Amino acid sequence: MKNPVTAIRLPLRPGREYESRFDREQSTLKMLAIPISSVVIASMITALPFLIQQPLLPPFGFLMLLAWRLMRPGLLPVWSGVPFGLVDDIFSGQPFGCAGLLWSAAMLTIEIIDSRAIWRDHIQDWLIASLLIIAILLAGLWIAGMAHAAADPVVLLPQIVLSILLYPLVVRICARLDSWRLAT
Amino acid sequence: MAPPPHRRPGFSRKAQYGLFATYVIAIAGTAVAALLLVISVADPTGFAALRTLGAEITAPVARFFNSIRRTTLDAGENMSAYFDAASKNAALTKETKANRTKLIEAKALRVENARLRGLLKLKDETNEQVAVGRLISSTASSTRRVATLSIGSSDGVERAQPVRGPAGLIGRVIETGPTTARILLVTDAENLVPVMRASDGLPAFSTGLGNGFVVIKPLNLGESPFKVGDIIVTSGNGGLYQPNIPFARVIRKTNDGALARPLADPANSPYAIVMKAYQGEAQAAQQAIAPDGQTKAIAE
Repeated sequence: MKNPVTAIRLPLRPGREYESRFDREQSTLKMLAIPISSVVIASMITALPFLIQQPLLPPFGFLMLLAWRLMRPGLLPVWSGVPFGLVDDIFSGQPFGCAGLLWSAAMLTIEIIDSRAIWRDHIQDWLIASLLIIAILLAGLWIAGMAHAAADPVVLLPQIVLSILLYPLVVRICARLDSWRLAT
Repeated sequence: MAPPPHRRPGFSRKAQYGLFATYVIAIAGTAVAALLLVISVADPTGFAALRTLGAEITAPVARFFNSIRRTTLDAGENMSAYFDAASKNAALTKETKANRTKLIEAKALRVENARLRGLLKLKDETNEQVAVGRLISSTASSTRRVATLSIGSSDGVERAQPVRGPAGLIGRVIETGPTTARILLVTDAENLVPVMRASDGLPAFSTGLGNGFVVIKPLNLGESPFKVGDIIVTSGNGGLYQPNIPFARVIRKTNDGALARPLADPANSPYAIVMKAYQGEAQAAQQAIAPDGQTKAIAE
């Protein structure tokens, strides 16, 4: 929108006053860096001082990946679960390769679901995410149990509930990031 | 939102091959991840360098937020201490009086103990602390209970050293980096601690449950001899943990043992002391003689 001449204000970026207002390209760096760094930073959240006696913190990296994948299909390639998962393995404390395998399997599962149920609403996405979260957390416990002595699966219950309930919040964050990503 | 129709890329050969390639990469990547997983399951200490690197990178942020967390906790405690200060003062005075006689008895016992030890020519290796640090983060989203300590090998921290807080045993060191170390907490299902009942020295083992509690199992079979409120301390068996470190308090009796809550809460522990392994020299000598013992000690 063109500002009327009478409006008195200091332009923050004088250059933009004379730029074309339409047909502008988004910054490629921003378009790529925001989804990637948001998933990686979400994976790093476990490094913050949450000293909890039981697994309670949701796997935010996985939630963020799911949110990007379900909200913007086609943005992340099918194979992106592997690199994101391996980064998460560095911080999660699970055996290395655990999330690499499981997240990739989750991405392939969503790819199959995409070819069956093409038009979905948020509730259906939430359902898909919930089932995947349950599967990933249980499989993670099983894999940790192969390498080390494992805890009882009941300890995962609070984490599963919390992760499912926090998924819509992560989608909101993801949507905000997406509108920032696509802003010119 | 409907996915973009990239599944049918039209007549373009390039697009068709490109789509095919992404699926090939996805399947191959999954296979590579599975292979890495098999390697890390076979050798859990492998990839420790990567984890250490990750911990080192994130440690400054964790330290910063941890200091903020500690400051706010301290401020809260200081403020709450002003309420009911008078009644607390009276209660503490009474308690101090009661404790004074016990303290004198304990002093006498210590002297007697030292004299007896001198007679037996036992070398005392207790109370050898390596360094003092803080717990700065934990694997809060994984079923493994591993915490990160703010000090590492540059402060002399080594693998398999016990870590305790002011309230009791916290765990043992499993991986070290230059300025961070990873600690397997006593609540991890992997961590077996030889313990005993403080009142009568009944020997037992403790295993973590992964949910903040530990299971205490006595060595001799039969009905569980524990009572609610029993204090469990480390026994010093095995030569890793020093004897008489406060460990846990029994909260429920089970069929073959007891459920207990560790006395040291890693979240509220103001500092963590890394100690030398109890009878570390004897252990090293034993492992030099029996190499299979060494391989067992390395596998976490």
